[in-house]
Amino acid sequence: MTGKLILEGNFIFEGQSFGAPLSGVGEVVFSTGMVGYPESLTDPSYTGQILILTYPLIGNYGVFDKRYWESDRIHVSGLIVSSYINTPSHFLNTMTLSTWLKKESIPALEISDTRFLTQKIRSHGTMLGKMVLTEDISFHDPNTDNLVERVSIKTVTKERGNPQGEWRGKRLILIDCGTKRNIVRSLLKRGVEVITVPWNFDATENLPHSFDGIVISNGPGDPTMAKETIENVRKALNKKIPLLGICLGHQILALAGGGKAYKLKFGHRSQNQPCLLAESKRCYITTQNHGFAIGKIPSGFTPWFTNANDGSNEGIKHKTLPFMSIQFHPEACPGPTDTEWIFDYFLERANMSS
Amino acid sequence: MTEGMKNIKKVLILGSGALKIGEAGEFDYSGSQAIKALKEERIQTVLINPNIATIQTSKFLADTVYFLPVKDYFVEKIIEKEKPDGILLSFGGQTALNCGLSLSKKGVFAKHYITVLGTPVSAILITEDREKFAAHLQKIGITTPKSLAVKNIKQALKAAETIGFPVMIRAGFALGGQGSGVAKNEQELFLIAQKAFSFVPQILVEEYLHHYKEIEYEVVRDTDDNCIAVCNMENMDPLGIHTGDSIVVAPSQTLTNFEYHYLRAVAIRIVRSLRIVGECNVQFALNPKPSQWRVASVGESETGPANWSNPPIEYYVIEVNARLSRSSALASKATGYPLAYVAAKLALKKNLITIKNKITHITQSCFEPSLDYVVVKIPRWDIEKFQGADERIGTGMKSVGEVMGIGRTFEEAYQKAIRMLDLDLDGATSTLMLTNGKTTEELLMIPTPRRMFAIAKAIKNGLSVQKIYSFTGIDPWFLYRIKHIVDQEKKLSKTKIFTKEHLWSLKRLGFSDKQIGNAFHTKGLDIRKLRKRMEVEPSILQIDTLAAEFPAKTNYLYLSYSARHNDIAPTKKKGVIVLGSGPYRIGCSVEFDWTSVITAMNLKTYGKKSIMINCNPETVSTDYDISSKLYFEGLTFEDIADIYDFECPFGVIVSMGGQTPNNRAKALKAYGCIILGTDPADIDKAEDRGKFSKLLDEIGIEQPAWNTFARLDTVLSFCEKVGYPVLIRPSFVLSGTMMRICYTKEELTILLSKEAFVSKDYPITVSKFIEEAKEIEFDAVAQGGRVIVSVISEHVENAGVHSGDATIVLPPQKIYIQTKRAIEDVGEKIARALFITGPFNIQFLAKENNIQVIEINLRSSRTFPFISKVTGIDFIKLSVDAFFHKTKENPHLKKRTDFLPFVAVKVPQFSFTRLTGADPVLHVEMASTGEVACFGETVEEAFLKGDLATGGKIPEKGIFISLGGEEQKHAFLENAQKLAALHLPLFATEKTAAFLKKHGIHAKRLYKIYEQKSPNVLHYFQKGIIDLAINLIEREEKKAAVDQYTIRRAAIDYNIPLFTNRQKATLFINAITQEKHSDLLVKSWDEYVRA
Repeated sequence: MTGKLILEGNFIFEGQSFGAPLSGVGEVVFSTGMVGYPESLTDPSYTGQILILTYPLIGNYGVFDKRYWESDRIHVSGLIVSSYINTPSHFLNTMTLSTWLKKESIPALEISDTRFLTQKIRSHGTMLGKMVLTEDISFHDPNTDNLVERVSIKTVTKERGNPQGEWRGKRLILIDCGTKRNIVRSLLKRGVEVITVPWNFDATENLPHSFDGIVISNGPGDPTMAKETIENVRKALNKKIPLLGICLGHQILALAGGGKAYKLKFGHRSQNQPCLLAESKRCYITTQNHGFAIGKIPSGFTPWFTNANDGSNEGIKHKTLPFMSIQFHPEACPGPTDTEWIFDYFLERANMSS
Repeated sequence: MTEGMKNIKKVLILGSGALKIGEAGEFDYSGSQAIKALKEERIQTVLINPNIATIQTSKFLADTVYFLPVKDYFVEKIIEKEKPDGILLSFGGQTALNCGLSLSKKGVFAKHYITVLGTPVSAILITEDREKFAAHLQKIGITTPKSLAVKNIKQALKAAETIGFPVMIRAGFALGGQGSGVAKNEQELFLIAQKAFSFVPQILVEEYLHHYKEIEYEVVRDTDDNCIAVCNMENMDPLGIHTGDSIVVAPSQTLTNFEYHYLRAVAIRIVRSLRIVGECNVQFALNPKPSQWRVASVGESETGPANWSNPPIEYYVIEVNARLSRSSALASKATGYPLAYVAAKLALKKNLITIKNKITHITQSCFEPSLDYVVVKIPRWDIEKFQGADERIGTGMKSVGEVMGIGRTFEEAYQKAIRMLDLDLDGATSTLMLTNGKTTEELLMIPTPRRMFAIAKAIKNGLSVQKIYSFTGIDPWFLYRIKHIVDQEKKLSKTKIFTKEHLWSLKRLGFSDKQIGNAFHTKGLDIRKLRKRMEVEPSILQIDTLAAEFPAKTNYLYLSYSARHNDIAPTKKKGVIVLGSGPYRIGCSVEFDWTSVITAMNLKTYGKKSIMINCNPETVSTDYDISSKLYFEGLTFEDIADIYDFECPFGVIVSMGGQTPNNRAKALKAYGCIILGTDPADIDKAEDRGKFSKLLDEIGIEQPAWNTFARLDTVLSFCEKVGYPVLIRPSFVLSGTMMRICYTKEELTILLSKEAFVSKDYPITVSKFIEEAKEIEFDAVAQGGRVIVSVISEHVENAGVHSGDATIVLPPQKIYIQTKRAIEDVGEKIARALFITGPFNIQFLAKENNIQVIEINLRSSRTFPFISKVTGIDFIKLSVDAFFHKTKENPHLKKRTDFLPFVAVKVPQFSFTRLTGADPVLHVEMASTGEVACFGETVEEAFLKGDLATGGKIPEKGIFISLGGEEQKHAFLENAQKLAALHLPLFATEKTAAFLKKHGIHAKRLYKIYEQKSPNVLHYFQKGIIDLAINLIEREEKKAAVDQYTIRRAAIDYNIPLFTNRQKATLFINAITQEKHSDLLVKSWDEYVRA
């Protein structure tokens, strides 16, 4: 079966289908990471997006067990690769990528010149697109939707799941704006209890004095759409509750503090973004997946990290209080684990480390 | 300049010397980049490297060059003389590193206040000592395979119990890995150990990592602890095959995100713990099916079950190289990241963040490249060129070169790389290599250079991927890709109607036009026409290090059919294509990289932009800053024609990259390409033996009698007529000729009786071989048939030793003035007759003032860097001038070559130690892997320096002499007397000892190896009391041939300098009797040669 990827402006690219025989629509973005397609596909931040992977061979190691995914399902609206590999080889493989995509009703196309698509997006900026495999559908800008609401958990859940470590009696609220599972794992690994709450759950109101800090997760779309989250975070700021924002959580924290966000031309989606740590000679290689960034930094905060390539802000830190956030992903998955120390740093600042 | 480095104004760089197996052109790349990086910081550079064919020893790079051995003695002398502030040890391979460590140990650096730049010596010492290394890693919670050294069988059994069966047995210091093996139980261990202990005192019992994956990371660290992994690579061959002999893929293909980043983090942790500054390579063994569910996350302890958050991983660190390596050169070319350049900057304590990214010009050096293509490196072996050599590959490297295919599918990159080997292999399904009588299963089970082709064959025969995996340990992922190629080819042969889509899909899998044509019994050129009509053409894509995320300004390009656009615009008439050399191999090495690079640089004079095509990751010509555009592509007609069609250049230069590009001249011309320099029709007249011979007859130039034969009887009658000995060149042998000299009818008959040695399809060429003749090289540049400049150099060895293996002297010492004039005269005549424009080389035989032409090349020859650097005349610049018809008559030039106030000698480097079983005797077939050249006041001084630079030693312990036949004995007598005067113990075989005794020279008689009696040659070699072996064989001698071979081989295996050629031995003996170490002058290149 063949299908078409149609970009706004009527640019049409034909390809072979290897996913579900369905049409899909979204914002077309590219990611340059060379490994980690199962992690990316299950990252809720990709909600509403058609993902182009620039690494040309995808499917190499198949799909592993659900417990290693970043959420319980695929979140992209569609997948574009140059060559799909239908003969995976790995001891963890449970099914081919194609099988998985079909199971989850996600369209996927092989379009050989993904490099051209990437260049097109790079020069034009992020574009709307649709994958037409069956019926034609109309373009839709996902950033006009409240995507966070769509992907956030519906009920409050509690986890204290580290079989290897002791619980230190500390408790964190994780505001789920579309969190990656590895944020939870990274926290649990450090011996804290994690209470995951829906995006619009007001923890300061509903669970007063029962936790030691708040982590605002990553998530999809335009941060200004998550108005209630911003409002709740503002309350937490006022109560001086230790806060860590990751990716969308970073933008939400900044907005709550009075900062401003803007949309990047084509975003940062890769595993090799160099970020400079303020007032140091250190540069970290980070995983990123975001279309929006912080322009104006809220008062009381200083820049923490800066992107070495384009100078955009990559993190902010309050001058005195334990409020901090980063645009990149310290939890990696996919990507380098070099900034995992940020979890430790936060827990320490929040007086939560042992 | 960084604070703290301000006092560094002059830096000494150690090179790697001659190219040899395990240490090749990659260090010309790393050294050249380092020199550039230092020069940018206005640091004065002093380079020690006797390898005259390298780019790093060119005028435009190091400020001062010493063509001297990279050995303690010379380096210390140079330090005393030059007084450098700092030294770089990690850019010249193991040679430079070993020398640096030794000098550091002796306190030479401390004594002269020299800072070792980059990784501290203490860290290097840890990585070089297996025990210290394992202890260090254990300290930081990282595992290495368990290994125990034992001295007897009882200990071995105990060690095996401790480690757990199966175990790997390694015999340390054994002849070519003899006595190694895998023991699955006590019984097997007993047998293997018993055998091993019969010839070695100690063996290693190691954990056996059966069919583990081998994964490498290239890591960079600065003094501020910034640390990045520039590239990861996966060996297609499992652990157990040296990475230099493995097919290597970048990035890894079968690793999940977790595995990739887990190992990356471990690599970084190791590099940080060692406080590496610069570049470091970390090699891992990774279990494809972890048995124990080990490991948690980085930083935690390595034991315990796979936890709830991470999948299991089981790995070991195999090796760490705290220096630039072959792998780092490959990584650099695979990613486009200038590793060596960056490493040199970091050695100056620069921070990674401050180093400009010279590839993209818009992003940082502190980042990790993202690839949107895949590269496949395939080694090039020439094992069959060595008589007696074992073709099995394993833990010791045997390949002499490599190529790297780039594509957007694995199949494309893999098939391209196979063609790049330049062995007439069309692709993955070629059967050319499968004709050695072995079954497909045998070929799969025993790793040899043939194995990759046996895979395709096995698939075609219906063997399952799982079965092939169990035989080879090659991950099914790769096998399925090869199966994909096989399946598509199978389908193709059944195709009736050939559609555009079908053609696209085949091209995407890397099928060449010729390969597709084969399936239809039609020519590649016809497929090309069809393809052009259907508009199926490759895209020109950039290696931009960032997968198109930013608009990088790089000129590093490749071709792919998995795209439908071009990243760049053609250069058109401003561009000139320079064809590079392709893979290094016996007979084609760094010298042709030098000629290509200098050619590209000289094109600027004529306002032209250079467009380089080459596919060898070990070269400088494939560096990002050498040409205006670099196509990392093969040198097949199809590749060149595709690039030519796209670029529409001013022309193409075929005469600067050795024989491979030269071979393309005819087809390119026929296709309509403009060839700069000598007309391909004239090249053909020189290349075609018949045509050339006729031409020589016409202009009255002598040549040895010769003819081509398709039948046995006519060969014999020809030989009777011209008289023996004769030189035989068969035409069927893969990867070149297998020339032989036959001295008698019997010898010839035996040779020809071998299966299909001579036939209509494979005719042989037979020529009269002239004995005791001198061989002379004539190198020149001509324009429009007029010689502009020429130089004559002479071989030390008489004819019968391949010119590539010969010791070459410039200016010649033993050529009569009449002979010289006659040679120049012939050179001029030939230049005129062939209307030569550009470089050329003629080889002559001279005997008693009579000269004969034996070979001609209408291209730059192997000796071009040597003659250019020795005479100070840039033969390449003049060649380029000639291509543009801009050379001027300059009588000055000719005079300069006549009056050199010194002597330079080019000495070959052999790698016999690496090639188990290979007979180290010099003969008509080339065997050397590299060369050096040194200067001196006399030929002896220059030669001795060169000999020391290629592994030679001045004997201090004892000398072994074995002379075959009366003639050799008498001819050697004077030499023997000189040796006797050294007052070192002499040893000789029976007849030689008797002969020497008769002439008053005492030599202790040793029994030959096969005689198995004491005192035996072998034992004396083993004991290390002999440090010079001379073994001259009588040519007709056949009876003792096997024993002579075992003596020679033992000398090689015990690392005893060996001479098998009388003229060379004579020169050596004269040198060591005339010169002492202290007589060898430490003078730089510019102290000999004025610019």
